Amino acid sequence: MTLPIEREVVVETEHLSRRFGNFVAVRDVSFKVYRGEIFGVLGPNGAGKSTTIRMLCGILDPSGGVGRVVGYDVAKESEQIKQRIGYMTQRFSLYEDLTVEENLEFYGGIYDLPRARRRTRIDQVVAQGGLAQRREQLAGTLSGGWKQRVALACATIHEPPLLFLDEPTAGVDPVSRLQFWDQLHTIADRGTTVLVTTHYMDEAERCHRLAFIFRGELLAIGTPDEIVERRELSVYELQVDRPVEAAERLRELPEVDGASHYGQRLRVAVRGSEDPERLVRDALARAGNAVHALAPGRPSVEDAFVSMVREDDARSARRAPEAA
Amino acid sequence: MRRLGAVAWKELVQMRRDRMTLGMMVGIPVMQLLLFGYAINTDVREIPTVVYDQDNSAESRDLLRRMIATGFYEDVGAVRDYDEIALALRTSRARVALVVPRRFGERLRAGSAAQVQLVVDGSDPQTVASATNTASSLVAARSLELLTERTVHAAVLQPLRLEPTTWYNPELKTAIYVVPGLVGVILTMTMTMLTAMAIARERERGTLEQLIVSPVRRIELMIGKILPYVGIGYVQMSLVLLIGHFVFEVPLQGSLGLLYALAPVFIAANLAIGLVFSTIAQTQQQAMQMSFFFLLPNILLSGFMFPFEGMPVPAQWLSQALPLTHFLRIVRGITLKGASFGEVQGELAWLTAILCILVIAASTRFSKKLG
Repeated sequence: MTLPIEREVVVETEHLSRRFGNFVAVRDVSFKVYRGEIFGVLGPNGAGKSTTIRMLCGILDPSGGVGRVVGYDVAKESEQIKQRIGYMTQRFSLYEDLTVEENLEFYGGIYDLPRARRRTRIDQVVAQGGLAQRREQLAGTLSGGWKQRVALACATIHEPPLLFLDEPTAGVDPVSRLQFWDQLHTIADRGTTVLVTTHYMDEAERCHRLAFIFRGELLAIGTPDEIVERRELSVYELQVDRPVEAAERLRELPEVDGASHYGQRLRVAVRGSEDPERLVRDALARAGNAVHALAPGRPSVEDAFVSMVREDDARSARRAPEAA
Repeated sequence: MRRLGAVAWKELVQMRRDRMTLGMMVGIPVMQLLLFGYAINTDVREIPTVVYDQDNSAESRDLLRRMIATGFYEDVGAVRDYDEIALALRTSRARVALVVPRRFGERLRAGSAAQVQLVVDGSDPQTVASATNTASSLVAARSLELLTERTVHAAVLQPLRLEPTTWYNPELKTAIYVVPGLVGVILTMTMTMLTAMAIARERERGTLEQLIVSPVRRIELMIGKILPYVGIGYVQMSLVLLIGHFVFEVPLQGSLGLLYALAPVFIAANLAIGLVFSTIAQTQQQAMQMSFFFLLPNILLSGFMFPFEGMPVPAQWLSQALPLTHFLRIVRGITLKGASFGEVQGELAWLTAILCILVIAASTRFSKKLG
């Protein structure tokens, strides 16, 4: 028996905007994040991801719109929000001249945990992060992956119901990133909501839901599958003569949203064509690039992302002359 | 309270780890004390002097002998004309030249007035003052003697006589004047710099953003950061007073308890200045530069090196705004003159007012928001 569950909204924004002088860093962003989900904010560098997170943490005032986090207004009740969130940035803001244990002790104190509670919580996060061997090590001497684990332990020491992670895996090796995401899923499974920004596509696919931000605007929102499906892309992987030249030919077609190299193979994403396979084959035949193999592929978040960016570029290119 | 404690504790642990800075906090006071105590001496002795004796009489030689006997002048040789005097001053062979005109002895013997000239190198004002003062008192005394010899009645008394007595530092030793002041200068320098850098370091390493998103309050963060440095300030003060007393024989006339009780107001004022700097500086380097920039007016205008009374009025206003000016009066008052609380409370009022303004400035500038 399944009951319709009223999902608890943890983060909600309506037309949230932020300007720095004439530059609009975030424009009219509206979304909801529900309890216990890993919500990814995906976008290239400078898209407005960090600005959005900072507004939600209450350390940057919005220029327009409304944001509510764990039930409090980001502009007026930032101090209430700060008690109930954990925050971690790509800089892993640890004190390098303190040991792992001392860092945890300090953040426990900052979040006002009583002494006994602080001790048990330190033991818990140390166990969760596998940090037992590193307790006495100076944070500055840890490698990137370990720093990241310690930073996560510090950010969750006070058991916040909501965790903000701003590019938490930047500059960390793939194995550590994998382990980190497993840990995030464990945390989310226990009911903690995680809002994470990233520009890694593989990480985006690991989120329950995604928001796609480009040039300060929200382009798409939904589960990774929904986002990909809504884009209605046809993807082919082919082996072709002179692949570099072939890719250039294909990119000239308005229906082709992306053509990229994966070793020997060329991956092509087509949108809005009646018969996409025919389109690709004809174009290559005209150019004289012989096709040795062609197989349909599964569209990815990356394909969808590239396609949306291309559409947005075309739109702003059309808009520009009108404005001038 | 727990949050404040966490900040102070963290600051202490970091301080203990940073051996270099810790060493400097102890090393700087000791080094400055030895420098100022031993090397810098404004009591000028044995000023190199050339003599242009045009008279070459018994009287002129007698005058020169008396001058050398004061210990202020050192005869470095005779010259034959004014060009040679100029050369001696330019090459720094001499700082002073004594010129005795022709017929000096003859005029003295005849009972008429005679003159001597003292040429002084004005590029060093300290020397000018000492050289001229000593010479004029010497000449005044000598002329009184001559006057007495000429009068039949040896009992003629000088009608007006000044009997100068210097209290609190009778031998006018520079160390006694400088060491108590040094307590203030060292505290100004290290306290401002340490706080300015402590916050700038957090900004530079990105930990400040982490603190800003935490529920720690501004006042907890500021006081928590400052508290451990107040302790350092006390250590420095004690060190300077101890060495000053036992090595340079600086008297401690007044109540040390009173001094220690009043010092936190001054220390806090400097820490607040450091906080204001740290809200402006983006990097530790900038914070350090600002602190050094701030040190200069303190040394020059506070009365540490140059007397307050000699400054033009606008400079005196500026001087009054510096915490060091008032603390210097307190520390010199208590250590050298044995001043009581009532006698320094005016300066304390100034310090407190400055502190309040600084705290308001620091807390309005130190925002828990970005952008």
